Amino acid sequence: MSNAVTALNGAKYSGLIDIADAGLMGMITLRGDLASAAMAKVVKSITGAKMPKPRGVEIAGKGSVAWMSPDELLIMIDYAYADSAVAKISSALAGEHHLAVNVSDARAVFDLSGDELRDVLAKGSPSNLNPDSLPIGEMRRTRLGQLAVAFWFTDDSSAKLVCFRSVGDHVFKWLSNAAKPESSPNFYSAMR
Amino acid sequence: MSTRIQTGGRHLDRSKQVHFNWAGKQLTGYGGDTLASALLANGELLVGRSFKYHRARGLIASGAEEPNALVGLGTGAKFEPNQRATTTELFDGLVAKPQNAWPSLAFDVGAINKMMSRFFPAGFYYKTFIHPRFAWKHLFEPIIRKAAGLGAAPTEKDVDRYEYFYAHVDVLIIGGGIAGLASALAAGQAGASVLLVEQTAHFGGRAVVDGVDIDDEPAEIWVEETLAALREMPNVTIRNRTMGAGVYDHGYATVYERINDHLPEMITDHAPNMDAPRHRLWRVRAGRIVTATGAIERPLSFAGNDIPGVMLAGAVRDYLVNYGASVGDRVVIATNNDDAYRSAIALVEAGLDVPVILDARTTADGELPTLAREIGIRVETGKAISSVKGNKHVTGVGICSQAGEGAELEEIKCDAVAMSGGWSPVVHLWSHCGGKLNWDADQSMFRPDPNRPPLGYDGAGFVHVAGTANGYLDAAGVMEDAIKIGKLAAKETGHKPKATKVPSTFSAPENPIEPIWQMPQGMSRKLQMKTFLDYQNDVKVSDVRLAAQEGYQSVEHTKRYTTLGMATDQGKLSNINGLAILADSLNAEIPAVGTTTFRPPYQPISMGAIAGDARGELFKPIRQSPMHHWIDTNGGFWEPVADWRRPYCFQQNGESVGDAVTREILNTRQNVGLLDASTLGKIIVKGPDAGKFLDMMYTNMMSTLKVGRCRYGLMCTENGFLSDDGVVARIDDETFLCHTTSGGSDRIHAWMEEWLQTEWWDWNVYTANVTEQYAQIAVVGPNARKVLEKIGGMDVSADALPFMAFKDGELGGIKARPYRISFSGELSYEIAVPASQGQAFWDMCMEAGAEFGIQPYGTECLHVMRAEKGFIMIGDETDGTVIPQDLGLSWAVSKKKDDFLGKRAQQRSHMVDPKRWRLVGLKSVEPNEVIPDGAYAIDGTVRDNGVKHMIGRITSSYFSPTLNHAIAMGLVENGPERMGDIIDFPTTDGRVIKAEICDPVFLDPEGTRQNV
Repeated sequence: MSNAVTALNGAKYSGLIDIADAGLMGMITLRGDLASAAMAKVVKSITGAKMPKPRGVEIAGKGSVAWMSPDELLIMIDYAYADSAVAKISSALAGEHHLAVNVSDARAVFDLSGDELRDVLAKGSPSNLNPDSLPIGEMRRTRLGQLAVAFWFTDDSSAKLVCFRSVGDHVFKWLSNAAKPESSPNFYSAMR
Repeated sequence: MSTRIQTGGRHLDRSKQVHFNWAGKQLTGYGGDTLASALLANGELLVGRSFKYHRARGLIASGAEEPNALVGLGTGAKFEPNQRATTTELFDGLVAKPQNAWPSLAFDVGAINKMMSRFFPAGFYYKTFIHPRFAWKHLFEPIIRKAAGLGAAPTEKDVDRYEYFYAHVDVLIIGGGIAGLASALAAGQAGASVLLVEQTAHFGGRAVVDGVDIDDEPAEIWVEETLAALREMPNVTIRNRTMGAGVYDHGYATVYERINDHLPEMITDHAPNMDAPRHRLWRVRAGRIVTATGAIERPLSFAGNDIPGVMLAGAVRDYLVNYGASVGDRVVIATNNDDAYRSAIALVEAGLDVPVILDARTTADGELPTLAREIGIRVETGKAISSVKGNKHVTGVGICSQAGEGAELEEIKCDAVAMSGGWSPVVHLWSHCGGKLNWDADQSMFRPDPNRPPLGYDGAGFVHVAGTANGYLDAAGVMEDAIKIGKLAAKETGHKPKATKVPSTFSAPENPIEPIWQMPQGMSRKLQMKTFLDYQNDVKVSDVRLAAQEGYQSVEHTKRYTTLGMATDQGKLSNINGLAILADSLNAEIPAVGTTTFRPPYQPISMGAIAGDARGELFKPIRQSPMHHWIDTNGGFWEPVADWRRPYCFQQNGESVGDAVTREILNTRQNVGLLDASTLGKIIVKGPDAGKFLDMMYTNMMSTLKVGRCRYGLMCTENGFLSDDGVVARIDDETFLCHTTSGGSDRIHAWMEEWLQTEWWDWNVYTANVTEQYAQIAVVGPNARKVLEKIGGMDVSADALPFMAFKDGELGGIKARPYRISFSGELSYEIAVPASQGQAFWDMCMEAGAEFGIQPYGTECLHVMRAEKGFIMIGDETDGTVIPQDLGLSWAVSKKKDDFLGKRAQQRSHMVDPKRWRLVGLKSVEPNEVIPDGAYAIDGTVRDNGVKHMIGRITSSYFSPTLNHAIAMGLVENGPERMGDIIDFPTTDGRVIKAEICDPVFLDPEGTRQNV
């Protein structure tokens, strides 16, 4: 898999915040009964994380798992591990109606960091980015400018952002534009 | 003459000279000036020409309500028309020019319109539609339209940056006067998150100009202390130069921040801080919105009230106190209330002359009038202005009795008039989303009715009004109301207001206003024709009275008919005066006539702010395939396909697009071609009921498809019309992969989910859109197998991988799933690989295929090759009115299934009508003549309505290099029964192209080329 490249191909920008290609990430869409014990067990064995609460992201040693909807999870693990993890899920949930599919290549993933992160994201996302409304460890599926994205804070000033692969270039340009120096709305950052 | 006086000017920095250019003249102002105050200080009273009559117009107001002083600001890529001088902060190097005047402000040719004013009565524009007919073409359109109008549109691309910002707060407070500040403090102290915005650069509003005392000190001190306290609160955000623009449903508001309009470096195109956006449009979700927007003073309606030098009394005071600028040396005051006496007193205190105060009321014995008399000002009660003397500036006024018809009693020389017809609360933002108003007859004003607010999702009002905007004209009332409202807003958003002391607030008490809607009461029609209601649109008292006489009763109709309250100021000064005249003409009460609808934005906002960052490369997101960059750098000629870009063809060595397409077709048919098919939609459908579900979604049977095999399927809407098509592959017993068209992937996925979630929610089926997981690369042509065999990794022989089958394996070390499907009629593999390795696999194909003549091909080659094979294209052969049976696809419509989406519709009488136009091939009689796409076929008869009778139309049309012949597909009445007939296609240039009806499969009908 040495010839695998991300949509962002290592792109970086530094302005109000730092924007960087997060590299290849293994991602599995898992749909099914989120109350199932077998599902919780296989998710735990793959990621080390427990089942997330609605909108939550559980981060553990081997990977993380995000709640996407009442019947859907996003499992995030090493890129190389995705296919065998899908196989593992399929056999663990053999008796249950479910869908597990590798979507690692369908997305672009960004690492974002900086004190003005919420201010930059709020230039494009209509969702409430107040730390009370979007605490660390909660995923927000929203839009950024004209495009669907999801992001979650991993600490006070770092977040991961995921969008569809085909628009990774647009989202990168959008973020870089929104993060131009001297353009801070100084709204969330002033509350810190 | 207007000038700068030696004292005063709260906002001025007299140590800082600022140079600017007005109408080509170099002038000087001070730091802190607005363009308006600097013009006034330079004696530039004449600032514009009116819209219709090109009358000389001067500054009339000091803020956002100014109707006259609209200027063209900046030059080149920084030019912007219709900017208000009153809201433009002066900076070094500012360039402004007047509008609507040619050749110059002082001598304007268009002013001849003024002499024709009796030809432009109310509704003149509509009347020109009726008669005389010749005048429209020769007079109205070429001459009058040219003479009318406001600023010119910019001709260069705007170089500035703009952005949005989404904010969520408990309480949004609009207005930074003492009401807004007090509300913000009360809400902030209660713990609510607060956004406080003020449209000007300065806080404090009128209180700091009008001599209000708070806690026994000038209001200014309280304002500074309160601002300092608010800035200490982490839960409070404060923005000046930021205007509440609009209030919408459920606590949504737009707020317009002008970040650097006031900075001198912004006039050059290469300023160091060009990164800063010029404007930021805040899109705020607020639990509660408090509008503390103050009030706007009304003009008085007397003859000549538009002559430069006539100004609102409050504005006279503003210029004096804030900017040390006087409108004139001798200022006559005309009023119907006590507040205007403040201006008189301020003028006298500044050493200027007030020859007389004309108070239309019969008595004036309040505290302020008494003070005015004490300092020696002549006060005449029951008196009015009969007319203002002068042309380009005021030279005097005639005095008459308010009660009479305007007989002049005395003429007084003066160079300015300060007028006040009372104050109207700014209720715009309250009204935007449906807040209702009451008429307060005592104060002669519309004020918000707190019992009829705009309602939120929970049925509760979400806007509160505080202070003067709420109808409180005395400072103490303002303060008490504002604190109460601030606490209420905090409480309603879940916070606990603290007990606070209301600061003792004092302003001079005022006696009641007397409503005066025209001056004098019985003014003649001749005077009415010189008495302006709407300065920006040149609407006079006579126009509104004429409209009423002609039968206009609704204020909304009268607005359109007379243009009262239209254009950039939306009647901020004229609204109440105009509807009062209308009410009087109709003999109705003012509240019965009502106001026109208040609509956002409160004041015009820049187009750039509305567009935000969606411009240039961010204008519209473009979807890119994993091979996008390679295609871009290897001659790809892009065309938009849904939100994707796909290469129409690959141009080599300077060849034309047409030559490239021909080369690609011949090479693919003779050797091997490579197509990026990644954009095709791919949807996984899985579950015990997946087969049953797909049998409903597709017209043909999918549940019988064997694992490892592919089947072409059609999807229809409930109305039977074709919606999408594609190849379905069965991955395992419970899992299918459905290919959709490139434009259909999101739509079809949503379509499937809609049926699963709303109708068949008890079926066990999950779907996932995996379109972007895969790069899909088609290797097409007689040498296709050789290319894949050279790359190696899995058996792709005809036995191992027959036509309409797929296999999972590896090619060149990359996990691959080749499908033996063909949209070209050639031996063809469509290989799905992980998107991240798409480029790597593409490179392998190009390298391995070199010896076999491989060349990439684009969408046009794909289109021609499929047309040669008679394959339909969704969007070409279909247009939302076409059913599968029209296209000879009955074989793909199951007759065995009980039901599928569209089945019942396809049985309706019109759908089974044998006269429906059906698909045929068409070969031009002249082999090189390509029939235009969309051309209609005629049979030579004429319909009753005189139109040629049409019997069909072209859906796809190409020149086929393979057949060396023009070919087309089309829908023709009785087409399949008319094989061999020649039919006529007239063209738009008057020729007729003849074509023979034939089978739509032009090439290899047996399928021997693909099935090898």
